[in-house]
Amino acid sequence: MKITELFERGEFVVSAEVGPPKGIHIEHVVEEAKTYLKGVHAVNVTDNQSSVMRLGSLAVCKVLKDAGLNPIFQLTCRDRNRIALQSDLLSAAMLGIENLLLLTGDHTKMGDHPQAKPVFDLDSVSLIHTVKQLESGVDLGGNALVGEPPKFAKGAVVSPCSDSVDAQLAKMERKVRAGAEYFQTQAVFEPEKFIKFMEKAKQFGKPVQVGIIIPKSAGMAKFMNNNVAGVHVPDDMIEELKKDKEKTKAGITGVEIAARIIKECKPYCQGIHIMALGWESKVPALLEQAGLSE
Amino acid sequence: MLMTQLKSKETIESLVAGKKVFILNCLGCKEIYFPEKEANELQKELSASGDVTGILTTDYVCNPDNLKLRLSKYQAEIDAADVVLVFSCGVGMQTVADYLENKRVYTACDTYPMPGFQGVTPLEYDCGQCGECYLNLTGGICPITACSKSLVNGQCGGSKDGKCEVDSNMECGWERIYRRLEKLGRLDAMKCPTQIRNYATDDETK
Repeated sequence: MKITELFERGEFVVSAEVGPPKGIHIEHVVEEAKTYLKGVHAVNVTDNQSSVMRLGSLAVCKVLKDAGLNPIFQLTCRDRNRIALQSDLLSAAMLGIENLLLLTGDHTKMGDHPQAKPVFDLDSVSLIHTVKQLESGVDLGGNALVGEPPKFAKGAVVSPCSDSVDAQLAKMERKVRAGAEYFQTQAVFEPEKFIKFMEKAKQFGKPVQVGIIIPKSAGMAKFMNNNVAGVHVPDDMIEELKKDKEKTKAGITGVEIAARIIKECKPYCQGIHIMALGWESKVPALLEQAGLSE
Repeated sequence: MLMTQLKSKETIESLVAGKKVFILNCLGCKEIYFPEKEANELQKELSASGDVTGILTTDYVCNPDNLKLRLSKYQAEIDAADVVLVFSCGVGMQTVADYLENKRVYTACDTYPMPGFQGVTPLEYDCGQCGECYLNLTGGICPITACSKSLVNGQCGGSKDGKCEVDSNMECGWERIYRRLEKLGRLDAMKCPTQIRNYATDDETK
């Protein structure tokens, strides 16, 4: 089902992320998703996340769909030119994948094949434009599609705690004008910054899902602060993670922090997007503590 | 070797319509083919319709010291203009836009590559010779060469403290563009239609 229909119904939409493995066996991925993510509305499947080569997003989307989950196909511009992107979009529609998250993608230098040629023939904005064009029955080259055109829920991303949030808002506006229908954000650890961002972003009238990462340790928090753009874990949160090492290791502290962030942000947004990063098993507890279990 | 071509007459006229214009021609580089005749004709027309505060034809505007020296005699004419219209390659244009950072500086040209020696290129600026110059939309900072992904529709989410995620010694090109547009009161340029690059190199498909 299209995630946009859920927003229209006024649902507080919960999605979670699944990263395909570097290999061809995904039974455990499907099992985990079926066990721990049955309470979420949709499951994002990442596209060679962080420029690390893995099993393909589209194939995993199809497998998850067959397992009864509602996949969101993440598509980046790093590895494909406009011909391959459009071809994969048609393939997705043929396979019954209805949700897209359209991104520029990390640079190849960030991943495990830094020698690779970065493509970026299109970018997030022109990719959204391209999807809209395909939906009108015409490809980017101006040629008519045969038969009924595809129809997707078109998602995009924005980084609300970025140190250049005004430039991020300008880019968000471009995405909206190009046809983006909903947004998922980079991970938020500073609800007050997110709330300020939403005051400005609400003018675009598009639903926003706040990005949530369950912090696993003080070390992970510091790593993100030093290396992940647009993410900042405040000092008092790092202290909280340091205080009781056993509790933190068991995931209890991280879930408490994430649930608190969700509660603070909830009145200002239309959903959450959980990036569990291997802690899919903590998702049910997180949803319960955040008051989002059914 | 580079080849510079004029943008369409309509495009150039739309850049300067209703504004006072200072025109800067660069004829320095033997390595660059410059459409001198066409540029002269166009500038005559612009002059005839009034509002041209001055025309300076010089060489090597890509050399910041040389540029400063040449422009110093024309300060009054530049001050009187709303727009400085540059007829040069992309490197020259970027040097002028950076030097006159509070002025709206537009290029009248697109720069194409030709095989062989590239011509005089100072360290700070680089022209991608893409043949569809974006500098008028970006405050005179080239998104092709200043952004590690050569994005043409705004910044990605990968800048931290103003630096590019790919190279921490490199400033985020789009953050520079955004700040420059902000300073110039030209943030409306961010609302331009979705840009899609044209990689076709032959005239028929360009």
